[in-house]
Amino acid sequence: MSQDQSYVRVDNTLGNKLFDGANIIVLTIIALVTVLPFIYILAVSFTSPEEAAKGGFILFPKSFSLSAYQYIFSTDTLMRSLLVSIYVTTLGTAINLLLTCLMAYPLAKQTLRGRQPILMAVLFTMLFSGGLIPTYFVVSGMGLTNTLWSLMIPNAISAFNLIVLKNFFQQIPDGLEDSARIDGCTDVGVLFRIVIPLSMPAIATFGMFYAVSHWNQFFSAIIYINDSDKWPVQVLLREIVILAQSRIGDTGFDETAIQPQTIRMAVIVFATIPILLVYPFLQKHFAKGVMLGSVKG
Amino acid sequence: MNAQIRTTGSSSSRPGGSTLGKERVSRRSEWLRELIKDKWMYAMLLPGVFFFIIFKYVPMYGVIIAFQDYQPFQGVLGSSWAGLKHFERFFSEPQFWQLFRNTLLLAIYNIVFFFPLPIVLALMLNEVRVERFKRFVQTMIYIPHFVSWVVVVGVFYIILTTEGGIINEMLFALTGHKIAFLLEPSWFRTIIMSQSIWKEVGWGTIIFLAALSGVDVQLYEAARMDGANRLRQLWHITLPAIRSTIVILLILRLGTFLDSGFEHIFLMLAPTNRDVGEVFDTYVYVKGLTQAQYSYSAAVGLFKSFIGLILVLGANWMAKKFGQEGVY
Repeated sequence: MSQDQSYVRVDNTLGNKLFDGANIIVLTIIALVTVLPFIYILAVSFTSPEEAAKGGFILFPKSFSLSAYQYIFSTDTLMRSLLVSIYVTTLGTAINLLLTCLMAYPLAKQTLRGRQPILMAVLFTMLFSGGLIPTYFVVSGMGLTNTLWSLMIPNAISAFNLIVLKNFFQQIPDGLEDSARIDGCTDVGVLFRIVIPLSMPAIATFGMFYAVSHWNQFFSAIIYINDSDKWPVQVLLREIVILAQSRIGDTGFDETAIQPQTIRMAVIVFATIPILLVYPFLQKHFAKGVMLGSVKG
Repeated sequence: MNAQIRTTGSSSSRPGGSTLGKERVSRRSEWLRELIKDKWMYAMLLPGVFFFIIFKYVPMYGVIIAFQDYQPFQGVLGSSWAGLKHFERFFSEPQFWQLFRNTLLLAIYNIVFFFPLPIVLALMLNEVRVERFKRFVQTMIYIPHFVSWVVVVGVFYIILTTEGGIINEMLFALTGHKIAFLLEPSWFRTIIMSQSIWKEVGWGTIIFLAALSGVDVQLYEAARMDGANRLRQLWHITLPAIRSTIVILLILRLGTFLDSGFEHIFLMLAPTNRDVGEVFDTYVYVKGLTQAQYSYSAAVGLFKSFIGLILVLGANWMAKKFGQEGVY
């Protein structure tokens, strides 16, 4: 599309060249401003204590050191909270996807009786909510507080994702499903053998959105989880970086040997790495997935 | 909804099908038959329906504690009624106006400083003729959207702190002074906006880029024939083409006017900047969950949800007035 467009618009006058040049320079600066902080943090987390102590802008550390990482792994705290985050992200995303698909499929059938009131009820939750305090009482009333379930169950379905997935399911030709039924498939069978496999790009996109929100989840843990053993990594990160508690966990450390600053950066790296790892794989999906959202319900 | 328009899947196995009026007598049994035939469909709906009832609708019912003196041990049914006491207290609280101002100012800043930027950025990206470079820039500017607010705030802390933060190091080298960006209330809103922009501007371009990709290329060709340069093409073709997208997103934005990004503000609040930083949402948290004033904070929360609902419906009404499709 844009390839043809640029072909049509090629016009090598001086004005155009200036226009393109300025545009490219500004965009390059914007891209750099976006990414440099990450590179800076990564670089400092790998520098030696002496170099970090001197300060200054480090993009390519002269001295390479793993001491910050050695330190954070010498304590159980980071490992434990990483495991909590990994557990909540995988199990939570599986629950999200299962429940969202199960609900979206019947709602995609325009002939199902009672579909319309349920859809309206779901839409209404996007407009109005009981708010923090009543929700807190429901979650604690169910005995979920201080368990990891409180990070997964209360947001098991996103109303927005549900509606978009429902619209996506509606576009699948009915003929495919009919033929599966003739071959003896039940409705549940049709969903899992026909509809879901055909919708993999959409489901991958939603899976990523759900996974990212679980990994980044922090406030639910603050309100529902008192036990610091069950903190996900984002809560630990807040303790260390923002509340400036540079001692994480049991092992004391010598401030002269490791800069608290490098430790903070090393923890940020660990709270971000999973996303940066999956990013290239998922990038091709999400722009498409976001566009699904613009399809009206 | 009606039986006679059943055309998909499960209905095709039903012999005959029903016609209007013919089966009015047996409508009840028809209902039952469909219920049984679609039992798996309903079974699949159940977990989701329970989810919405328990975690969305029970809390809506729970807002009645805003009109009670709620005692957790007596529950919603056992607590005594208090009428509008908590609302009256909230509106007469001197802090009300402070919260109101803080929330409103952040909302206005958002519209004025944040909203136009993704549009400008999308227009710039759209003018890039080297496809590779365009994709590279896009890849870079989407990244911050995926990191948590804790990371964003943490990165800003590390860069801005007076104890070895890189920005202050440079400032000190240039001017001999340091600025306590993170403690100064006067810097609070600037930093909040910078963080929002850094995190979300790139992601915000997606929808505009999609709208731009739908512009008819012949229009550009025609404009070039008429001697329009790139800027004029931008002004006369590209911008009008995405005007409806801009209007609808602006209206949507107005609908969520009061949502100032709770996690974000919560993370940035410090004892020194509460006067400028406290918004309705963070106040609910402080009063309710840290000071256990359940009914009072539920009242504040209800007030905010109610205003939010009115704004959404009003914005949607406006959308229809503007000849847009409306969102709901």
